[in-house]
Amino acid sequence: MAEPAGRPDDNVILSVKDLAVHFPLGGGLLGGDRRVLRAVEGIDLELKRGECLGLVGESGCGKSTVALSLLGLLTPTRGRIVLDGHVVTERRSVDRKRLARIAQMVFQDPYASLNPRQTVRRMLEDPLRLHGVTAQSEIDGRVAEMLRQVGLRPEQAGRYPHEFSGGQRQRIGIARALILNPKIVICDEPVSALDVSIRAQIINLLLELKESLGLSYIMISHDLGVVEHMSDRVAVMYLGRIVETGGWRDIFERPAHPYTQTLISAIPDPLRRVPLATARGELPNPLDPPDGCAFSPRCRYAEAVCHREPGPSLETRPDGHAVRCWRADEIASQAS
Amino acid sequence: MKLGTSAIIGGLLFALAIFVGLFAPWLAHTDPVMGANLMNAEEPPSWIWWFGTDAQGRDIYSRVVHGARISLTVGIVSQLVNSVIGVTLGLTAGYWGGWWDDFVNGLTNVMLAIPSLIFALAIMAVLGPGLTSLLIALGLTNWSFTCRIARASTLSLKSQGYVQAARVLGYGDLRIMITQLLPNMIGPIIVIGTLGMGGAVLAEARSRSSVSASVHPIQAGAACCRRHATRSPQRRGFQCFRGSRSS
Repeated sequence: MAEPAGRPDDNVILSVKDLAVHFPLGGGLLGGDRRVLRAVEGIDLELKRGECLGLVGESGCGKSTVALSLLGLLTPTRGRIVLDGHVVTERRSVDRKRLARIAQMVFQDPYASLNPRQTVRRMLEDPLRLHGVTAQSEIDGRVAEMLRQVGLRPEQAGRYPHEFSGGQRQRIGIARALILNPKIVICDEPVSALDVSIRAQIINLLLELKESLGLSYIMISHDLGVVEHMSDRVAVMYLGRIVETGGWRDIFERPAHPYTQTLISAIPDPLRRVPLATARGELPNPLDPPDGCAFSPRCRYAEAVCHREPGPSLETRPDGHAVRCWRADEIASQAS
Repeated sequence: MKLGTSAIIGGLLFALAIFVGLFAPWLAHTDPVMGANLMNAEEPPSWIWWFGTDAQGRDIYSRVVHGARISLTVGIVSQLVNSVIGVTLGLTAGYWGGWWDDFVNGLTNVMLAIPSLIFALAIMAVLGPGLTSLLIALGLTNWSFTCRIARASTLSLKSQGYVQAARVLGYGDLRIMITQLLPNMIGPIIVIGTLGMGGAVLAEARSRSSVSASVHPIQAGAACCRRHATRSPQRRGFQCFRGSRSS
């Protein structure tokens, strides 16, 4: 299972090469065209140990599809995913349980992500038993310790999810994700369903746990404000592709892609400088993507070439900042 | 508490039925079959014959009490079989989808298209009369609604975060179905099941009255006895023993 080629760099805990996920949609049987939804179309990602990678984009851009593929819940159409030296994409070779001990997920909606018929104890105990922890004393100890770590009292373990508030539920969701001691945690919009007053608490909890347990995060969000607070590096997705990726500074201080600029200008900021850019219209239908660069219909810098040619390949600069835009250089020179 | 009151009343009625069924030999005045005596035929209700007697002179009260056993057995056992079949098919069809889902849907449609009583009678015709074959016949023919409910619930529940979380935690399909899906759909399934129990009791009575295909004719369930009670004009008062959908 662990193949040498899977780990060229020991410091990289997760690597994704040319990941694509297509969903065939109806048609076909009665002679209609078989249509294909290209939810994710060739993305590359890398996550280093102890790092938090922010994955940003609008609803429907394919962020969650990427997350589900990383966890082995969706079979990618093509591409290669390596998690801590294990190649996930070769289906039969993957032991689901082993994968579960490497990567876990914190879900968006704390109301739908906890089974209403199970007590918190049961939610945390069952995975431990499933993964071969048999001694009741050890199970009790780990459950209590986990609850303490996420800021709940071990006495609360006998309660059902409906007895907790949204923030507390999300703490339970985090406890469930961490109970198997994973190395990678994928957070799918972990705070977007929470009250604004609770968000900071949960974000700080996630950051604390990352330090104390040595975790690596993939932080999926449509809200750059959250990502700005947590991420070391950021990848911006648009319509199934990554349009810009780079370190925190590259993205937030020198955004090069017009779409990234749009997202950043959408972060509420009371001391706002002049808005950088606003996007017109909606995310195009991924079933019927526009000709040329996918962002061209909404881009205020778009020129003939943008409408004609598909977006260029992601061009990585020496500093690791990569942009997929025909006019990136011109836009950068305009901004400075 | 409103729910509490109705639960208590319903529980008491059900407990009464169970009690009567369990202690039938002690509660009955005469043997339901051997107690026949033509000298007592067609007696009106009295202190001796609480519910009157039928044309063969059998005590209707005793027959009702003994009939409770058969009615309860038929209702509970056949519906239990139905629920198990329906939940198993519906849950797996909804969860796995694909050809299995198509197959189960087709089967359900076939079951719904043929009136279940006719189907049950056909099975009885093959197996011959008797309580066991009646239970098999009714148990195999009324699972379609449970199956549909289970499938629909599975489809709506399986996209919930906690089901995905269970998959991420490495749970197997069977474990997910039993620990995550089943407990969250049990409410509607119990409701369908209790309705089905009553349906099975009436189906037993109907199958007997139309084609005499039920358990051995002289030991029919409680619902059957009403027919004898309504034969003679002077006992119209015993219409209450008539089932709601008598044939």
